Amino acid sequence: MFPELNNLLNTTPEGAEQGKLTLLCDAKTDGSFLVHHFLSFYLKANCKVCFVALVQSFSHYNMVGQKLGVSLTTARERGQLVVLEGLKSAVDIFFRPQEEPHPLQFLREANAGDLQPLYAFVRDALEPVDCGEAAWRCPVLLVDDLSVLLSLGVGPVAVLDFVHYCRATVCREWKGNVVALVHDSGDAEDEESDVLLNGLSHQSHLILRAEGLATGFCKDVHGQLRILWRRPLQPTTPRDRSLTYQYKIQDKSIFCCEPSSEPYSL
Amino acid sequence: MAAAGTCGTGTRSTGSMVAAASTNNVTSFQRRGPRASGADSGCSRLVSIAGTRPSVRNGQLLVSTGLPALDQLLGGGLAVGTVLLIEEDKYNIYSPLLFKYFLAEGIVSGHALLVASAKEDPADILQKLPAPLIDDSYKKECDEDVCSHKMEPDIKMKIAWRYQLLPKMEAGPVSSSRFGHYYDISKRIPQELIETSKWHGFFLPEKISSAFNVESCSLTPGYMKLLQFIQNIIYKEGFDGSNPQKKQKNILRIGIQNLGSPLWGDDICCTENCDTSHSLTKFLYILRGLLRTSLSACIITMPTHLIQNKAVIARVTNLSDTVVGLESFIGSEKETNPLYKDYHGLIHIRQIPRLNNLIYDISDVKDLAFKLKKKLFTIESCMDVRVGL
Repeated sequence: MFPELNNLLNTTPEGAEQGKLTLLCDAKTDGSFLVHHFLSFYLKANCKVCFVALVQSFSHYNMVGQKLGVSLTTARERGQLVVLEGLKSAVDIFFRPQEEPHPLQFLREANAGDLQPLYAFVRDALEPVDCGEAAWRCPVLLVDDLSVLLSLGVGPVAVLDFVHYCRATVCREWKGNVVALVHDSGDAEDEESDVLLNGLSHQSHLILRAEGLATGFCKDVHGQLRILWRRPLQPTTPRDRSLTYQYKIQDKSIFCCEPSSEPYSL
Repeated sequence: MAAAGTCGTGTRSTGSMVAAASTNNVTSFQRRGPRASGADSGCSRLVSIAGTRPSVRNGQLLVSTGLPALDQLLGGGLAVGTVLLIEEDKYNIYSPLLFKYFLAEGIVSGHALLVASAKEDPADILQKLPAPLIDDSYKKECDEDVCSHKMEPDIKMKIAWRYQLLPKMEAGPVSSSRFGHYYDISKRIPQELIETSKWHGFFLPEKISSAFNVESCSLTPGYMKLLQFIQNIIYKEGFDGSNPQKKQKNILRIGIQNLGSPLWGDDICCTENCDTSHSLTKFLYILRGLLRTSLSACIITMPTHLIQNKAVIARVTNLSDTVVGLESFIGSEKETNPLYKDYHGLIHIRQIPRLNNLIYDISDVKDLAFKLKKKLFTIESCMDVRVGL
């Protein structure tokens, strides 16, 4: 996790809030550093994490996780982390037909129906076990990323249904958290992506949006991070607070600063 | 010559290795690192695959794209297990060159090739590959190689020594362990190099039978067959580590030409809302899954300028690892622009993957232009020209 980002979000692994849907969004840049942050954050917070990794292989996340101070292989062996590797599973489903239902079995079908097998997988992975041997703090579902599901033929409504079911079970029932990454296609006129993004933005408690700079590529500033707090859990706090920072990603950390008002300052 | 000396002792000490791999004459001339001998040869074997080198940043295994200038822009080369997507220029004049460089580099480095095309027979594509350039230092080393070993039986070609050297170049230690070569586009690759290389061809009209059964999956039949073909080769030849008998690891270079064009049976370039709109993206996803679990690298050229639906282009970019776009000046107003008068087009590095890392090597130079000279394809920054004006 990035301590700087924790400061901006005003959270610590010990005091992480529960029952929240966090939406990670990127536009014209790569927002995967946010996924790495939340993955390591919740593992350090001693939560049980179900990670649906659809974009990269497990070893990629593991190597970055080690830079951020967590070992995914150890967490997986301990039972704290359950990973669904999309790329590897896709090859297995496609070339070696399975008898039992697989979470990603919609890949084999011509019309991808719904994501019910995937939801069943998440539910089985995060179901709180009552034997009480290793009490994890709260269940967390992390998805990287939902836009890939659109590319694989799942409709945006089916993806929204999946998130709704997960929220009802993980957030409401089990007081856990859901974090998902969605790409904002910007001016690419991707209607399905817009439907998904708008639908999720409405439901989220916290939105982190990584944007590329409007002025183009810059060596010192990789992008702009907008943090939007929505739907506060306490009715007394003011609604919809938002902050904007500019960030630069370094090898093991991230450097954030306030956006400068002068166009020529460094 | 030091190179020839280490090569000689290397082959003698790892005698069993040579015997086992004697069928593939490239492997016996593998140059070993100083620590790689005996017990350690297991893990070092991966590093010492011909034509690869580890990345400076994260130790990721890289292969050359065939254009050293492009390797530099991509942070050292193309990572093994990833997809390089070339967005074709408007009249498809320059993107086939990058495709051919990639394949030619594979032949020279001794990698296995898999060439897929719906338009041209892969055997014809291989015939038209550019010839590798032999520079002077190369020639000297190969000369001394011949003198010290004295094992070439055909000494009849004393005058035409260049031709005698060419087959040796493929098996020679200097060439196969070098990363990135230069090619002469005006000449064809020598026939001997093609014949000694291991290649598999996929020509769509031959593979699609007239009475095809409609698959239940939403992939078009052409993509389906191609995926099965690739998976078959990877599995049979052991590129995914499934065949433990294979002692010597090698890289499989996959080249797919004009993916997404109507010749592949995909109408994504013809209409905006097509029935098979997810076929291409699903294909890319599963292909990437195959590549990640095997020792292979893939180049795909795609006519993205023909795709009607911009959303699909964005999705295709997200599903690929490295994306390079070519924009030629032919027929555009940039042709008469004095800024670009020395160049034939612009090259855009649209995406570079962050693999096993939070950051990546990105070149500071953004305005890159390419130029096709008589023998070479060069990439330069066109910023210098601007200063002159």
